[in-house]
Amino acid sequence: MTAAAAPLADDLRLLYQEIILDHGKSPRNFRVVEHHTCKAQGNNPMCGDRVTVTARVSPAGLVEDVAFEGKGCAISIASASMMTETLSGQPVEIARKLSAAVQDLCTGRLETDQAKAAVGGALDDGVEKLAALSGVRQFPVRVKCATLPWHALMSCLDGKGQTTTEK
Amino acid sequence: MNKPFTKSPQTASAFDVMKVRADFPILAREVHGKPLVYLDSAASAQKPRQVIDAITRAYGHDYANVHRGAYYLSETATAAYEAAREKVRGFINAGDVREIVFTKGATEAINLVAAAWGRAFIKAGDEIVITAVEHHSNIVPWQLLRDATGCILKIAPVEPDGSIDLNKFAAAVGPKTKLIAIAHVSNVLGTVLPVAAIADMAHAVGAKLLLDGCQGIVHEAVDVQTLGCDFYVFSGHKLYGPTGIGILWARHELLEAMPPYQGGGDMIDSVTFAKTTWAPPPAKFEAGTPPIVQAIGLGAAIDYLNTLDREAVSAHEHALLRHAMTSLAQIPGLKLIGTAPGKASVQSFVMDGAHPHDLATVLDRSGVCVRAGHHCAQPLMEILGVSATTRASFALYNTMAEVDALVTALRRAQEVLL
Repeated sequence: MTAAAAPLADDLRLLYQEIILDHGKSPRNFRVVEHHTCKAQGNNPMCGDRVTVTARVSPAGLVEDVAFEGKGCAISIASASMMTETLSGQPVEIARKLSAAVQDLCTGRLETDQAKAAVGGALDDGVEKLAALSGVRQFPVRVKCATLPWHALMSCLDGKGQTTTEK
Repeated sequence: MNKPFTKSPQTASAFDVMKVRADFPILAREVHGKPLVYLDSAASAQKPRQVIDAITRAYGHDYANVHRGAYYLSETATAAYEAAREKVRGFINAGDVREIVFTKGATEAINLVAAAWGRAFIKAGDEIVITAVEHHSNIVPWQLLRDATGCILKIAPVEPDGSIDLNKFAAAVGPKTKLIAIAHVSNVLGTVLPVAAIADMAHAVGAKLLLDGCQGIVHEAVDVQTLGCDFYVFSGHKLYGPTGIGILWARHELLEAMPPYQGGGDMIDSVTFAKTTWAPPPAKFEAGTPPIVQAIGLGAAIDYLNTLDREAVSAHEHALLRHAMTSLAQIPGLKLIGTAPGKASVQSFVMDGAHPHDLATVLDRSGVCVRAGHHCAQPLMEILGVSATTRASFALYNTMAEVDALVTALRRAQEVLL
């Protein structure tokens, strides 16, 4: 890094933290859930990015398994990867709360501690990790990259097949 | 390319890019504390002071509605609006000023042809040929026409380097072909399409040829009388003019034979509740109050370009492209997309391990503006096997140092992302 570039590095380093790059390059649960009970595709028409989320929800309302496939930037892939890692085995109700909390983290409506509280203290470690996505706040056009998988997850759990960042 | 440049006796070396840059006020600003390096002119070009001043003067001194008031200001506004039409005519060497239709952009111009000419002359089973490199604006209007008429849309393929194989193109053309609608220059790949040969193919089967000139007119002098096309469309904002103005050129007899596109004021001869008769072209296709000041601004952009030696501009842009292609190819993991011979100064690329959006974000923090995404050409992206590319486009005001800044910023992006 040159001296001239140094003052600019901070918000980029915040956006592209190690954990984001790691999940972006080596996404977890990049597959289709076997015997999935729901499936939804999310599109970002601005960039053409696509993510398909599949999940198996038990009759008791537990997300037994959740996975994703798709093409996208480091932010959207990392977001999807961390999402599936965090939510596997969680109740649908918690998944909905977490989805709302992550979107609020990305837009700056909630800070990490508030997001933890919003999820009811059930997933503090997960929220802590997902808070890495809040680096997008400084990059307004990239917020949708981070939230796309969560829109797709909500469509999946709601039984809607398709969603878009443009609604 | 299509026509020898004869406007100026100057040589290519006479082009003074720093003098040109001084005409574009925005180029003096900084982005994120860095000098602006604007490499997205293929999406929309920056405007010279001459255009900005013409717009300010039109609104501040000469403004009224056109073709209406019997008062001085309306007369002068009308004269300025019609003078802009004449400037466009001269710029593309149309034979008749009545062949120049003002639209709100190239997209509307193509939709106008699809709706007015297409609905009148295309029927079920007729074939329209486009290429795999088209922008959505030269795909979707024809799909709408297909859905309305039952005509068939055929796609001529693109080669891996971005060029068009004329034998394969010819295979898509047949006796049922009524229209060939293609880009003059690809917005993603920079390919200059073999327009003359395709015009011959079209006319051999009695089909019309529409050229989407959005990128073409920026990079070379256009003479619609020698290009061999029947329709030529382009947007003002990519030609250093304002947004909200575009051009449809078509030969007068075609415009005469076409029904109106939209109904309203200004496009009529007389209106009664029983029957309405149309004004002759181009007014027939300009319903409602037109983009008056935008047309005047486009006229100013053309005046500006006419002060430059366009051959020298073209040589400058090609030098930028050559330098960019050579330098970019040296970056590890970078692959150029679009390497057809003789292409225009647009360069797409992909980089291993770095999605175009992530690249564009990091580049932006270095002041470098590039386009990342599908470039409104999703079918082409699918054929190329990528979901998106990064695209740098080079205009008359760009410099070799800016190409170097792009390369430096890309290397820095690799440090951040890889």
